[in-house]
Amino acid sequence: MNRTEPLILGIESSCDETGVGIVRGTHLLTNTVSSSMDEHVRFGGVIPEIASRAHLEAFVPTLRAALADAAVTLEEIDAIAVTAGPGLSGALMVGVSAAKALAVATGKPLYAINHLVAHVGVGMVGGTFAGGLPPDLGALLVSGGHTEILRVGNIASDVELLGSTIDDAAGEAYDKTARILGLGYPGGPAIDRLAREGDPTAIRFPRGLSQPKYMGTAEHPGPHRYDWSFSGLKTAVARAVEQYEAAGLEVPVADIAASFQEAVVDVITSKAVLACRENGITNLLLGGGVAANRRLRELTGERCDAAGITLTVPSPSLCTDNGAMVAALGAQIVMNGGSPSGIAFGTNPSLPVTDIVLAAG
Amino acid sequence: MLLLAIDTSAAATVALLRDDVVVARFGSADTRSHAEVLAPAVRRILAEAAVDGTDLDAVVAGVGPGPFTGLRAGLVTARTLGFVWGVPLHGVMSLDALAFDAVASGSLPAGSSFLAGTDARRGEVYWAAYRAPSDGHALPELLDGPRVGAAAGLPKGQPLVGRAASLYPGDVDGVPEFARADPDAASLGRVARLRLLAGEALRDTAPLYLRESDAQVPGPRKRATA
Ligand SMILES: [Zn+2]
Repeated sequence: MNRTEPLILGIESSCDETGVGIVRGTHLLTNTVSSSMDEHVRFGGVIPEIASRAHLEAFVPTLRAALADAAVTLEEIDAIAVTAGPGLSGALMVGVSAAKALAVATGKPLYAINHLVAHVGVGMVGGTFAGGLPPDLGALLVSGGHTEILRVGNIASDVELLGSTIDDAAGEAYDKTARILGLGYPGGPAIDRLAREGDPTAIRFPRGLSQPKYMGTAEHPGPHRYDWSFSGLKTAVARAVEQYEAAGLEVPVADIAASFQEAVVDVITSKAVLACRENGITNLLLGGGVAANRRLRELTGERCDAAGITLTVPSPSLCTDNGAMVAALGAQIVMNGGSPSGIAFGTNPSLPVTDIVLAAG
Repeated sequence: MLLLAIDTSAAATVALLRDDVVVARFGSADTRSHAEVLAPAVRRILAEAAVDGTDLDAVVAGVGPGPFTGLRAGLVTARTLGFVWGVPLHGVMSLDALAFDAVASGSLPAGSSFLAGTDARRGEVYWAAYRAPSDGHALPELLDGPRVGAAAGLPKGQPLVGRAASLYPGDVDGVPEFARADPDAASLGRVARLRLLAGEALRDTAPLYLRESDAQVPGPRKRATA
């Protein structure tokens, strides 16, 4: 196998995007994605069974399109990488089964890799970090499926989870709040748009897990110093709406949207920057679908600047779930001398970030 | 004719057939590990038989009905293998394999009507109604189905083959030697072969879910009244 500039095909199916990406070393050849997002709109959130059905129908066509777009054949591929977790169990199962079949049919080695670490690995391609991943790197991942802050020592061998949401993901909170406000799905873009017209200080919504008993101090950290909680926020929004309605007043939807967004973005960025400062992180990658959010980018930028942290955000198509990120991480693992995972591994919906690539059983 | 057959509508099963001979077969009774065991089984079977995937005349997949996640593992495997090897891909309704086995064993009188039923979980069965062949044909004729429903609602007075018989013995008239049987890839491959030899069109690999996804459109939020 070519380990200096390996040609890697990556497969992603952990949520509602069926992705096939192909990279050569750190050079991105294709990032082909088929999304079932439209099918989830009427439900106001991702329905796992609908996503899984869509993955089955999309897989071979997406693979075919990716190969054509990259102008490579399966014989030329050095190895295959696939998301083994974390994610939706039934959705992961489709991509993993397909990847294994591809490995059997082509005889190529298969790497079962971690979706969250792949969100960081994508920084190696598409010109995100021209000189490769910088030292003292951290990653803030915000999407409909996850909210995490990671410390990245070595992308192929040393990643640590510093903090994460203990209940809803930030993107989920946006979707639920958008539903309460009647703004449709996905909630992130709708709330971001409306928030521009509202007053972010109109209502003070709670910043979860910010009390001293959860935070503690740098020397004696509390139980959730770098963790988030968003489930109380949607309850607070619902209560605010009910209070206006009960009083017979018009609901100030724009003000609520702006205040909600401010609460989410404030607590995400303040805890992320705190985690960076206390863990020697001077370079931060912002990834995940919510990285496209205008206010999140703005406030993360401001607070990183103030703390002397360099912020980098990959292009939007590399922030949302995709196969290129899986291929990019797969290439790093191959270049680092990593061993393939075999074809007997199982999916793991809650795979920890410390498991970057699954070992062969 | 060299066929690779895969059925994951209940158990995970794989078979390689050369004409009417089952060259190799794999079966796992565990209904929750299809994504783990399927690919290794395919690789082992082909290696042991010294067959290259591109030598196959077709890949045949059981299209259910069956529990969704396991069914999809088999279908995406079959579709991907067929695509990479560039060989034809055919679908066979999984209950047809059970019905074929029952008829081939001589357990059912020629020309008689019977049912094939498997576990649909949630207290229900997947089932279809067949007639055993009477004129030398080996393939039973599908009369009705596939359907999903409570075992108590099945047509009365007809023998049933398949696991539904051991799950709901009070509701159905099970054929004892097939009371725990699941669709098998070897039989699925035989059904496909006989149809191909007879010049019949086979179905594509669209899954027979028979149930909608559980999703519910959320109702409007209850408004507080002033
Ligand atoms: Zn993601």
